[in-house]
Amino acid sequence: MSETTLGGIAGRMPKFIRRADPAVLTAFACIVLLLFLGSLYSRSFLSPEYLLQQLKVASFLGVIATGMMLVILLGQIDLSVPWSVAAGAMMACAAAAYGPVGVVLAIPFGIFCGVLIGVVNGIGVAYLRIPSMIITLATNAVAQGLMVVYTGGFSPQDSATGAMRYLATGFAVPGVPNAVIIWALIGAAMVFVLTRTGFGRTVYGIGNRERAAYLSGIDTRRVVMIAFAVSGGLSAFGGVLLAGYASKAAQSMGDAYLLPSIAAVVLGGTSILGGRGSYLGTVAGVILITLLQSILSVMQMPEAGRQIIYGVVIVAMLLLYGRAPASR
Amino acid sequence: MKDWRYWLAEQRGMLLALGIFIVMFIIYTSNHPAGFTANVVQTAANKGVLLAFVAMAQTLVVITAGIDLSVGMIFLLTNCLASWLVVGTPMQTTLGVIAVLAVGLLCGAINGAIVIYGRLQPIVATIATGAVFYGIGLLLRPFPGGSVNEDLADAMTGRVFDVVPASLVVLFAIVLLIWVPFSRSVLGRAAYAAGSSETAAYMSGVPIRRGKFAAYTLAGLLAAIGGLFLTFFTYTGDAAYASGNAYTLFSIAAVVLGGVSLFGGKGSAIGAIFGALAFRTIGDLLFVFDFDPLWQPLFQGVILLIAVSLGAFALFRVRNRLEWFL
Repeated sequence: MSETTLGGIAGRMPKFIRRADPAVLTAFACIVLLLFLGSLYSRSFLSPEYLLQQLKVASFLGVIATGMMLVILLGQIDLSVPWSVAAGAMMACAAAAYGPVGVVLAIPFGIFCGVLIGVVNGIGVAYLRIPSMIITLATNAVAQGLMVVYTGGFSPQDSATGAMRYLATGFAVPGVPNAVIIWALIGAAMVFVLTRTGFGRTVYGIGNRERAAYLSGIDTRRVVMIAFAVSGGLSAFGGVLLAGYASKAAQSMGDAYLLPSIAAVVLGGTSILGGRGSYLGTVAGVILITLLQSILSVMQMPEAGRQIIYGVVIVAMLLLYGRAPASR
Repeated sequence: MKDWRYWLAEQRGMLLALGIFIVMFIIYTSNHPAGFTANVVQTAANKGVLLAFVAMAQTLVVITAGIDLSVGMIFLLTNCLASWLVVGTPMQTTLGVIAVLAVGLLCGAINGAIVIYGRLQPIVATIATGAVFYGIGLLLRPFPGGSVNEDLADAMTGRVFDVVPASLVVLFAIVLLIWVPFSRSVLGRAAYAAGSSETAAYMSGVPIRRGKFAAYTLAGLLAAIGGLFLTFFTYTGDAAYASGNAYTLFSIAAVVLGGVSLFGGKGSAIGAIFGALAFRTIGDLLFVFDFDPLWQPLFQGVILLIAVSLGAFALFRVRNRLEWFL
C-alpha cells in the first residue's frame, strides 16, 4: 500500500528528480537551508550581487575541485593540491617577470608546472603502485621545498599579469564574472569527458575495479596517470586565477584549498572509494562549502571557531549521507 | 624455514630503519663540531622523541589499514592545553598531565567512533576532525605563550645519571607500557587482523571493531604524550598550523621508513620509532654540513619521496601482473 503511494508520488515528480542521486538532492537542500539561515541573519544574503560574488569566489574552488573529483572517481586522492596551487600561482607570476614573452607564457607556464607535479604523482601511483595518499603528500613536500628555495621563504614580489587579472576579475559578458564563465566551461568539458567519452567511462570503471578494467584491455595505468596530470594542471590553474584575483602569489596560499576541495567532492555524493559520483554533485558541494565559509565570515567568526564549525559540519553532513554501507 | 628466519623476515623493515638510523647518526655525530658527546645525543634525542611519539600514534592506526591525518593536530592541541594546565604545585601538575592525556584519549576516541561506528573513510574523517582539533588549539592559544612546570620539564628533557637522555628513557617506558601490551593483547591482534584482511578477521570472530577503536584511541594518547613533550621542550603552547601539518606528514614518512605497510597488517611501532629517529637525523644532517636552512624543506621532501618510492621495488618480484591491482 505504502509502496504504491510512494511510487505514485515519485511518478508524478519530474523525471530528472526521480533519477537524481539522493546525496546530490541533500546537498542542494543544504544550500537552500544555508541561504535561508543567512537571510535570517542579514537581508542582503539573497541579493543578486551577493550571490554572484559568492559564485565568483566559488569558481576558484570549483576549478580545483574538478581535478580532485577526477582523481577521487579513480578511488585515489590528491593531497598535493596546496602546493600545486601555490606553484601554479608563483610560477605564473615569476614567468611574468621575464619580459613580453614571459607575460604571454605566464598562464601556460603556471599550468605546466602543475601538470608536472601531477605527472610525478601519476607515475608514482600508476606505474610504481605507491598509495596515492603517500606519493601526493611527498610531491607536495617537494613542491613546497622547491618554492621555498625559489622564493627565499618570503612572498614573491612578482605580480600577476593583466591577462591573469582579467580572467579572475574581469567581465567578458556584462554581469557575469569571467571566473564563473571559466568554471562553467571547465565543468562542461568535465561533464562531456565523464559521460560521453571512452576515457570518462574508463575512469568510472577503474574506480569500481581496476583489475576488471585492466582485463578488459584498457591501459589503466595511462588513464590514471592522465587523470593525475589533469588534476595537477587544474590545481595550478586555480592558483593562477587566485593570483590574478589577489594580483600576486603568496606562501601557503593553497593550504586553504585542500580540505574544501575534498569536502566539496565528497559532500557532492562522490564516493571516496571511487567509481560513483556526478559532476552536478561536485558543483553543489563547492557552492555549499563556499556559502558556509561566507556565512561564517559574515558572522565575524574568528579563525578558531571557523575551523571547528567547518570540521563539525563536514563530519555531520558525511554522517548524514556519506557513510559506507553497513558491513556484511 | 628456521624460526630465526621467520623473525628476520618479519623484522626486516624495522632492522632496515635501525640500520639507516645508525649510519646517519654516525655521519651526523662525526661531522658535528662537538662530536659524540652526551649533549649532542641529548639534543638529538629530544628532537627525535617528539616525532617518535607521533609516529607511534600513526603506526597504531596504519596497522588497521586506516590513516590518521589528525595526529599532528592532536599533538598541537595537547601542546596548547598543556601550556595552561601543567603548571603549579606537584599535585596540580600531576592532575594537569592526566587531563592532557585524557584529552588526547578523547580525541583519538572521537576519531575512532567516527571512522568505525560512523563508517566514514578515515582520510576524510580525520582531515575534518583535524580541523576541529586545530580550531580548539587556536582557541586555547591564539598567540604563542603559556608556561609549564619547569622542574618537570627539565627532568623530562635532561639526562638520567648524567648520561642517558631522559626523553629516551620515557620513550622506552611508553613502549613497554603501551605498545608491548597492546600488540600482544587480543585487541592488538584484532587490529592487525583487521588491517590484514577485514573480511577474514570478521569471519573468524575476531573483535575487529573493538580492536580498531582501541588503536585509534591509543593513537590519540600517544599523540598527546608527544604534545606534552613538545611543551616540556619549548615551555610554551603554540597553535601553528604549518607545524601540525608537518608532524602529520613526517609521521607518515617515519612509518613508511620504519617498515610499516600502509595497506595495513604489517609492521611495528618500534620500527616506526627508528624510522622517526632516522628521518630526524637525515633532516639535521643539513645543519652539520652548513647548508642554507632554506633547503631543508626541499631536502626533507626529497628524502620522503625516495623513502616512499623504495616500496616500489616489490613490483619486480610480482609474477602475475594482476597483483599490481590490490
